[in-house]
Amino acid sequence: MDNVQILTGNQAAALGAKLCQVQVVSAYPITPQTSLTEVLSHYIEGGELQAEYVRVESEHSAMTVCIAASTAGARVFTSTSSHGLLYMHEQLHWAAGSRLPIVMCCINRGVGAPWSIFNDQQDSIAQRDTGWIQIYCRDNQEIIDTVIQAYRIAEAVYVPVMVCYDGFVLSHTTMPVRIPDERDVRAFLPSYQPHTILNSQEPRNINPVIFPWRRMDAEGCLRDGYMELRYKLQKALEEAKPVIGKACSDYTAIFGRVHEGLFWRYRLDDADALLIGMGSLATEATMAVDRLREQGVKAGVLGVRLYRPFPREEIKNCIGQRKALLIFEKDISYGYEGALCSDVKAALYGSEVKAPVHNFICGLGGRDVKAEELADAVKTSLKMIGAGNLKQQTIWLNCRTEKSNDGQSF
Amino acid sequence: MTDNLFKISEREYILPGNRACQGCGLSLAYRHALKALGENTILTIPASCLTVLHGLYPITSVEIPCLNCTFASTAASASGLVAGLKALNRNDVTVVAVAGDGGTYDIGIQALSGAAERGTDFIFVCYDNEGYMNTGTQRSSATPPGALTTTTPVLTKQEPKKDMLKIMEAHGLPYIATVCPSYPLDLHEKFTKAKSVQGTRYVQIYAPCPPGWGYLPKDTVKIGRLAVETGIFVLFEIEDGRFRLTGRSRVLAKKGKRVPVSDYLKAQGRFRQISPEQAEKLQRSVDGRWDEYVKRAGK
Ligand SMILES: Cc1ncc(C[n+]2csc(CCOP(=O)(O)OP(=O)(O)O)c2C)c(N)n1
Ligand code: SF4
Repeated sequence: MDNVQILTGNQAAALGAKLCQVQVVSAYPITPQTSLTEVLSHYIEGGELQAEYVRVESEHSAMTVCIAASTAGARVFTSTSSHGLLYMHEQLHWAAGSRLPIVMCCINRGVGAPWSIFNDQQDSIAQRDTGWIQIYCRDNQEIIDTVIQAYRIAEAVYVPVMVCYDGFVLSHTTMPVRIPDERDVRAFLPSYQPHTILNSQEPRNINPVIFPWRRMDAEGCLRDGYMELRYKLQKALEEAKPVIGKACSDYTAIFGRVHEGLFWRYRLDDADALLIGMGSLATEATMAVDRLREQGVKAGVLGVRLYRPFPREEIKNCIGQRKALLIFEKDISYGYEGALCSDVKAALYGSEVKAPVHNFICGLGGRDVKAEELADAVKTSLKMIGAGNLKQQTIWLNCRTEKSNDGQSF
Repeated sequence: MTDNLFKISEREYILPGNRACQGCGLSLAYRHALKALGENTILTIPASCLTVLHGLYPITSVEIPCLNCTFASTAASASGLVAGLKALNRNDVTVVAVAGDGGTYDIGIQALSGAAERGTDFIFVCYDNEGYMNTGTQRSSATPPGALTTTTPVLTKQEPKKDMLKIMEAHGLPYIATVCPSYPLDLHEKFTKAKSVQGTRYVQIYAPCPPGWGYLPKDTVKIGRLAVETGIFVLFEIEDGRFRLTGRSRVLAKKGKRVPVSDYLKAQGRFRQISPEQAEKLQRSVDGRWDEYVKRAGK
């Protein structure tokens, strides 16, 4: 019998961490992540989960605790949002540079100034280049499953994993969630083997100052310089793709649920217009696609699940000979365009793909995005493209200043 | 019981030829501190002169396992080690965080206050060389008034030194001690005691620094003694709230006369621009604090 519970995204994430038998938890409250840390506190104080909970005074310290405890050999978990994630920035680099399999949930929220507690994905996108694997979830089932998969992935490739999901839209919305069986999780997830040694029999100085060049150790063995370590981190991320694929197929074999590893597809096979997005925005796009299909527009969705490492080849192949790419995202690289748009275009460079690209910046700071608005935007775009206007557009959806979108109404 | 030379381990944990400067007060103190702490210790250290002393990858001069951490995060890093070791049932290890005054008084104070408030079971050691030495002698909140630094290059530091010991005492810690490398037995004894106590322990090392303070490397021990003889630095410990002067400071309080602060100032290039008013004010504040300590110590 399936064990189904009605859970918020945050409850699902906490339960996922518990099922993985995390040993050290450290977190600091911030909306909309707070309820996740509260659920974990209940588990630990109530004796349901044997773990150390370090109630730190800041997110910088939360990530530091995870780094040190993971180095000592414990499986660790943390979570944050928005300014909490930004405050961790230094430690995010340190965690990835230390090659520690930390798993963190980022409950996506806009960043100030001015203050916004509502959802967009600027926070995690701004941490794109810290060396973390980033996975975006579309619903609460995927959150609990992804947390469990994340430990398997992180501990296989020694790269930390950020499980991202949308604040309020998922974190505070209840949905039925199938709860994985504890024994199955144990079968799926081997115990954590740290790569570091921290004991007096073999005293080591971990993460000291390192030279740019390679250098002999005391035994005359040539050791890596800074460049070599950075190359290895990059390689580990690139090589994580098949590991992620395997983790997902093994997961399906044990638990029966399918989460395509790198990205998911919706009504894609014969689609001419491709809506591309991440997280709950991509879920919204599936409803837009249903409407468009009813009106005879052959549209489909490519939902990016794995954002780093970016599934370049796979996305390029999936795009193939489609007629239009409509990239929707809740972030902006100021002075250029949406980050996902740049990434998708870069994946296509040098290929045969010539489809025009329209980039939609939407839902910033929690601005509502409705399926019919997405559908209307797609139709307007397709009309422009049909009229021979192939230039890339960056459209601020539903943004009501006089000058937005050059007077075009989206 | 006072330690004597025979109680100090012959085992060296810092190998010769490390990268600290000649005459470094930190390295002298560190050598004896590690002897007292022993090998069942895990260190965590932030960016500082100590990072350099520990050596550049893949060679290290210290034979105790060490986790390097970012500048602001030392006490949180210790908290993570403590939590991780506890989760793994490794209960016999002493976690020791060691940071400079910048990593303690300034950028590290938030994490330190948090870890202390949580009663984290570790020793936090601040070696106070009264400035950011690793980056070339900039002012910190531990720099004394009247000192030239590269960020107070003309007017000298105008503000008084932050009283970190009081701040730590306000956290209600079970053990607080001050040590100076010129008095290694007192230092060894306090580290041995710190190791035996549970909870957050705070030890502050007075760490003379030849290039940063402007004196010859051969004079480090002498400068340390002058600091204690003048009352600029006072040797004491606070055990569960009970204050006690120790070593030379205790003797000075009972009998003997403190040396004028001006002798201390004259011995160091960093004070060459101190004004008579600043020096006078410093003498008064040293006297005031000394009286406070003697009163607290009783008799
Ligand atoms: C966040 C951050 N800011 C600045 C630095 C640069 N930095 C490295 S060591 C240091 C000074 C350390 O001073 P202190 O803690 O007093 O130790 P000391 O060098 O005197 O031994 C500074 C400013 C850094 N590493 N990280
Ligand atoms: S600068 Fe000062 S504290 Fe740093 S290593 Fe040299 S003597 Fe020691």
